[in-house]
Amino acid sequence: MKFTVSWLREYLEFDASLDELSEKLTSIGLEVEEIVDRAKELEAFKVCHVIKAEQHPNADRLRVCQVDTGEGVVQVVCGAPNAKTGMKAVFAPSGVYVPGTDLLLKPSKIRGVESNGMLVSEREMGVSDEHDGIIEMPENTEIGLQYAKLAGLDDPVVEIAITPNHQDALGVYGIARDLAASGFGTLKEPDLTPVKGQFDSPIGVKLSFEGDADPLPCSKFLGRYVRGVKNGPSPKWLQDRLISIGLRPISALVDITNFVTFDLGRPLHVFDADKLKGDIQPRFARAGEKLLALDGEEYDLVESDCVIADDVAPQGLGGIMGGELSGCTEETTNVFIEAALFDPIAIATTGRRLGIESDARYRFERGVDPAFVENGMEVATRLVMELCGGEPSHVVADGEGPDWQKSVSLRKTRVKELGGVDVEPSEMIEILDRLGFKPVDKGDVIETQVPSWRMDIDAEADLVEEVMRMHGFDKIEAVALPRLSVVAQPSVSPKQRRVRTAKRALAGRGMIEAVTYSFLPRAHAELFGGVNEDIVLSNPISSDLDVMRPSLLPNLVAAAGRNQARGFNDINLFEVAGEYHSDQPDGQRTVAAGIRTGLTSGRHWDGAGRAWDVFDVKADVLDLLEAIGGPAATAQIVTGAPQWYHPGRSGVIQLGPKMRLAAFGELHPSVLEAMKVKGPIMGFELYLDNVPLPKATGKTARDPLKVSDYQAVERDFAFVVDQDVTADKILRAARGADKKLITDATIFDIYEGERIGEGKKSIALSIRLEHLTKH
Amino acid sequence: MGPLFLLKETMQDINKLESELLEEIGNARDLDALEAVRISAMGKKGRVSLMMRGLGQMAPEERKEIAPKLNQLKKVIGDAIDNAKAELNRAAMEARLASERVDVTLPVRPENKGRIHPISQVTDEIIEIFADMGFSIAEGPDIEDDFHNFTALNIPPEHPARQMHDTFYLPQKEDGSRQLLRTHTSSVQIRTMENKQPPHRIVVPGRTYRSDSDQTHTPMFNQIEGLVIDKTSHMGHLKGVLKEFCRAFFEVDDVEMRFRPSYFPFTEPSAEMDIRCTFAGDHIKIGEGDDWMEILGCGMVNPKVLAHCGIDPNEYQGFAWGMGIDRIAMLKYGIPDLRAFFDCDLRWLKHYGFVPLDVPTLGGGLSR
Repeated sequence: MKFTVSWLREYLEFDASLDELSEKLTSIGLEVEEIVDRAKELEAFKVCHVIKAEQHPNADRLRVCQVDTGEGVVQVVCGAPNAKTGMKAVFAPSGVYVPGTDLLLKPSKIRGVESNGMLVSEREMGVSDEHDGIIEMPENTEIGLQYAKLAGLDDPVVEIAITPNHQDALGVYGIARDLAASGFGTLKEPDLTPVKGQFDSPIGVKLSFEGDADPLPCSKFLGRYVRGVKNGPSPKWLQDRLISIGLRPISALVDITNFVTFDLGRPLHVFDADKLKGDIQPRFARAGEKLLALDGEEYDLVESDCVIADDVAPQGLGGIMGGELSGCTEETTNVFIEAALFDPIAIATTGRRLGIESDARYRFERGVDPAFVENGMEVATRLVMELCGGEPSHVVADGEGPDWQKSVSLRKTRVKELGGVDVEPSEMIEILDRLGFKPVDKGDVIETQVPSWRMDIDAEADLVEEVMRMHGFDKIEAVALPRLSVVAQPSVSPKQRRVRTAKRALAGRGMIEAVTYSFLPRAHAELFGGVNEDIVLSNPISSDLDVMRPSLLPNLVAAAGRNQARGFNDINLFEVAGEYHSDQPDGQRTVAAGIRTGLTSGRHWDGAGRAWDVFDVKADVLDLLEAIGGPAATAQIVTGAPQWYHPGRSGVIQLGPKMRLAAFGELHPSVLEAMKVKGPIMGFELYLDNVPLPKATGKTARDPLKVSDYQAVERDFAFVVDQDVTADKILRAARGADKKLITDATIFDIYEGERIGEGKKSIALSIRLEHLTKH
Repeated sequence: MGPLFLLKETMQDINKLESELLEEIGNARDLDALEAVRISAMGKKGRVSLMMRGLGQMAPEERKEIAPKLNQLKKVIGDAIDNAKAELNRAAMEARLASERVDVTLPVRPENKGRIHPISQVTDEIIEIFADMGFSIAEGPDIEDDFHNFTALNIPPEHPARQMHDTFYLPQKEDGSRQLLRTHTSSVQIRTMENKQPPHRIVVPGRTYRSDSDQTHTPMFNQIEGLVIDKTSHMGHLKGVLKEFCRAFFEVDDVEMRFRPSYFPFTEPSAEMDIRCTFAGDHIKIGEGDDWMEILGCGMVNPKVLAHCGIDPNEYQGFAWGMGIDRIAMLKYGIPDLRAFFDCDLRWLKHYGFVPLDVPTLGGGLSR
């Protein structure tokens, strides 16, 4: 919401400075976003006297001017055709920034003649597009005066952010009213004297909504016919007001509706009465109806849209935008003014569906003062008559409007209890009174009548906020929250702690943590387990960010691809986050995933690195499992990883066939091919939610350490077995041969070759024997 | 030959043997040669040993003269061998060390250096601070229903505040409902209050989503939310908690801050909090200066929200706040571009990431 300071002064008398105004607005919740003060920007642009303008010796089109700036005479080379001896012009000295050309003025030589500063045009000051010549000021203008002040540009434009509850501040008058309530200046009421009607309106009004809609999309409609108007450009004051807040003046009749919208927060519409047929009927649109709106677009209407129709067709989208066919033009001589009330939800629904952003929609969907409809009509009528002449009819109306009267009471203790601030009850009452709440002191409580312009207020907490807002949020003292215990209790659950540990453990293994989006392209999801249509976004930001990821790996692989494109081939990335399998809370699983590709290290004087292989990521995942307190030593390693892994170079870590803890391995070459990423890539996924938590026994003591004074012995064995017998099976058999004596078994060699025959392999084991119970 | 002559002759032999042996010791070039000398002198059949053995056949007065002399010879030769051995060892060590010299300026073997992402680091920092104030961590699903994300938070379907949240929706179901990606972590307030009786003191970190993408917005971002529900906590406590948080997080003695009235459907009264800062080039100094920077939204939990969760607003009250983790990470660590957080550029991750053991603790200081 934009307004100028002089506009605000129409409704508020105050002496305070611009800075004080800005601070006050922000402190009462009307946050100032920007103040543009053209006078300050153009401070150095002052009236001067051109004592002499002579032909430049070396250039036909240039003149050399001697300029009296009031602070001395300077020489300026000027290219404007209208620069002439004796004129009053506007001068900008060296060192000044010229907004229209985005240049900083410096003393210079132009075709061999010294030039200091500049005689400027309106365009150079950013005031208008006028650039036929430099500005000519009236001859009697005093030298040294600021141009901005003379041109009426010394009216700072203030832009404030309006929160959805502050529909009351969507007009300049409303802002003045809130400022006055805060004690900042004195409110000046607008002139609301009714205009006397001269005749009966030839156009009637009838709310014609079929069915039993409650509330009605349009609950009140006032109309007035004004005959014999003359439309044309609006006067300068009105044009200036609109231009100052970034609106384009169109014609007096249109400008009036825009002005009242911003001045009083009261949207209006003016029809060209001669283009209407019959009476005005606010009603639901009929199937197949269309409306050519004032923005030049044709909209398809549906049966829940509220239209303002005449006997024949919709002439406007109620509360959103008028229709082009019944709009006012320069030729308009009879008008029908509309002041109506629309239901916020109906407006929001239609506005959103059609994507129309208008100042009327913006206000009606937040709520327009239901008690100001008649006043709005009178203000509009008077403006039409003032600017365009004409003779007004009596007002025609239908509908009662919503029942907006509300009483809310405030327990006096609540301001302190919720707000933490001591406010005297007398001050509470005073604040509520200034805000228009008509407070009545009833002992422990204050009873109030919510003013018509404060639709947002319906409960006690709202009144606490009103009192606090006006009393000042800066008066809230920071108070320490009482400690619950002397030493803080743990803030994370064992499960949450594991997530943090997992990140540090993987980073400790030389991997770099990535954070990637939770969504990815459909094609990638298909490679990693498929697409669940329940978790495809209906309105993605782009078509390749539309599926909730079924695995963390594809985003990491894509990230590897992007880094490869930048010339980096050795990549170790991990992410610990959620993957998604359904649209329900239990469909989200926390996973730690990582990838390694390229070489273990780059070329080096002591030899080069080797390519990462399956056993590197197997080590990652086992170490990670141990780091988070999982059963790394007892888990089984089996084949059968998901299909995005290389079937012969991948494995699964599990606790029995139903409790899968992790998968690891080389990623499937065809997956990488489909994603156009260079391989091989090793990857792993550890399903954190599946890893059992240590039993909550409350016991912190460890089992006693068992060692023996007897030395252990190590013996080596080799077995020739079928090739498909897994190492794990042999190790388990070896360890199980004598659980008391065999404390460790490792594999130190594997041989396959002709000597032992096809389909066979030799596995060499080292067995450690130790008697732990004998001392 | 009389005894005296014999005595004199023996004495001369001893002196001669001493000088001969000392010369041999001096000539020994290595430990093996030295050992040969030692054996030839002190071994079982060595020359000194043989002379010692001769003492037994001597007359007592003769022995009295010769024995001390021989003992001295044994000591002199023994010491000389020890010294020569030490000297040879020293020289051998020197030679070995000289041959083992390396160029220590050569680079070390390359290792892969891990990094923690700024989002994780800053989340850990924030949690550390609130943990000390007695908060525990609550989490909830990214895919939410309309009730938890909007309705229970006093944002009914047509409320204009819904437009402030550009929501990502999942497909509509047969019953007309549709799941969505949570637009804020506030949904976890509801889940917490539904499932447990007050009092509550929680912080909620997590991923949030809005359909927005430009220089300062990404469709996914990270928020952290706080909630306190008990019988007495008010806006003064809210201000106190946030002030302590800012001081601890930005690691400054004091932070000048202000509450501005604002609007959130789920809090009443609502405020936005600004902190003082100074912009000097690319650098931002937090805590003092002439500018205000908005860092979070907060307020007293709207009684309607409590009621939606089955909590009696006449008995319980409390406050909540929410802020962007990514944003305050950018502020604290001077990271310029939000989009880069999610791009996985190795150069960015190595530069802005944290070493694995830089674990934030209050006791050890949040950051290094």
